[in-house]
Amino acid sequence: MADPIVHTTGLRKDFGDVAALTGLDLEIPPHVVYGLLGPNGAGKSTTVRILSTLTRASGGQAVVAGFDVARRPDSVRRVIGLAGQDAALDHALTGRENLRIFGRLSRLGVRGARQRADELLARFDLTAAADRLVSTYSGGMSRRIHLIASLLRAPTVLFLDEPTTGLDPRSRIGVWESIRDLVADGTTVLLTSQYLAEVDQLASAVAVIDHGRLIAEGSPARLKSRIGSHIDVVVESMDHLAGAMAVLERLTGRRPEADGPHIVVAAVGEVPPLPQIVRELDAAGTGIRDIGIREPSLDDVFLSLTGSAAETREVMA
Amino acid sequence: MILLADGWTLTLRKLLQLRHQPGTLIAMLIMPMVFVVLFGFVFGSAIAVPGGGNYREYLLPGLFVMTAVPAIATAMLAVATDQGRGVTDRLRSMPTHRAAVPLGQTGSDGLTGLFGLAVMLACGLAVGWRAHNGIGQTLAGVGLLLLFRYTMSWIGTYLGLVIPLPTADSLAPLTFPIGMLSNAFVPTAGMPAWLRVICDWNPISATVAACRSLFGNPGVPGPDAAWPLAHPVTATLLWLALLLLIFVPLSVRRFARAGL
Repeated sequence: MADPIVHTTGLRKDFGDVAALTGLDLEIPPHVVYGLLGPNGAGKSTTVRILSTLTRASGGQAVVAGFDVARRPDSVRRVIGLAGQDAALDHALTGRENLRIFGRLSRLGVRGARQRADELLARFDLTAAADRLVSTYSGGMSRRIHLIASLLRAPTVLFLDEPTTGLDPRSRIGVWESIRDLVADGTTVLLTSQYLAEVDQLASAVAVIDHGRLIAEGSPARLKSRIGSHIDVVVESMDHLAGAMAVLERLTGRRPEADGPHIVVAAVGEVPPLPQIVRELDAAGTGIRDIGIREPSLDDVFLSLTGSAAETREVMA
Repeated sequence: MILLADGWTLTLRKLLQLRHQPGTLIAMLIMPMVFVVLFGFVFGSAIAVPGGGNYREYLLPGLFVMTAVPAIATAMLAVATDQGRGVTDRLRSMPTHRAAVPLGQTGSDGLTGLFGLAVMLACGLAVGWRAHNGIGQTLAGVGLLLLFRYTMSWIGTYLGLVIPLPTADSLAPLTFPIGMLSNAFVPTAGMPAWLRVICDWNPISATVAACRSLFGNPGVPGPDAAWPLAHPVTATLLWLALLLLIFVPLSVRRFARAGL
């Protein structure tokens, strides 16, 4: 693996008596979308705020693009972009004016800021709306201009804190497309999200954090393989239920769970191929109406890592 | 250099806002006229100036100061809005000079203040107010008014950084009535003792008294008045210097460290 571009060791943050981070170790390789996943209050935003110099850590070390965030915050600010949870724009100005002002404040110079704003608007296909006041924008439009504003300096590392929270599904897909475009530029993106599907869609590596520390890390595929696949079977009638469950238990070595005629087995490791399962069920004389092997979602991964289902539901909401 | 460039960019931002919201400028034109008619002719018809003199001559310096007081609310709301929307965090994550944001906020407000004062002076001249003490003292009075308004902006900037937006929203309308606890519209001599002490020591009263004295308008308190009113120019300068010494470093520090 290439040298990490973001590196934290034993990062801690206390807000009074509340510990938001309790010793976080992260190594983020360059040129990837790195997902930071965790329930509300897990420490995602605190991590982003420390890495983007907005908050000082209570302990530990954080290095971004070679600069210690506590000792060289100004150097860090020159190589990062931040798009926080709210669309941080001046509503009384147009989108283009917002970008120009932020560009000038990012040390691009008057002409540089103007050119960069035009260039980004054209590239993200937002020229049509650029000269309307931000107060007239839809949520998705504000969020995209907000995203562009974090790209003005062509950052080496881009922090996106819940970039699509509160957006409708269509706008969300638009923002996802923009984020994919960025990685093509070689930008490293640290993305926090409550939406597991979002991380699954965008990230090539994921860190799951809970209670302020890392509890799992890897590619979404690897995380999923840790808990194996699900076999879903729907039997023709309740008479066949017991027989089908016996066959499935023998094949996978796991105890199936039934909900009416619907049986689910969470398999670990290798799953027998589908045709074999069908043959064995048929040989045992069980009629099946539907059968499938389902990849676990990150949702399942999350559930198995962080525990209670109730907590996860809340996270999904 | 960077500080000035960034400060100017943030000032420009406010000017662009005004271009999109011409209503703000129109309100700035109409408000002084409403004040002059309301206080000069509606209330003024029933108020007598101690030691004689025209009430509108007495009133206008009070209005010059009073129209600068809401700069506290303007700055507070602008800063609290930026903070609430995350704009402040965005600026703090960029290589922008740490002091530029409060400087731009107060600088731009100073420019609109200059415009507002010009309108107010024109209104005053139209209803018969005059400065009688020559060009030097007149300019000194105008300078004092601008410095007063600039100080109010810094107070508002700090309040906006520490007060969340919804609270700031409900506090903003209080600035004007609090400003009226002064000698701006009526002499303090007739007030109950406890209130008179508050009004006499209100920095607004010192500034109003200083303007009356510099412009040569009636109602300048005698040497037996409370100290700030008996020495209004000195008292005003001391007040404003003290307030700036408190609120400029507080605002700059608060901006650089906000959210830590």
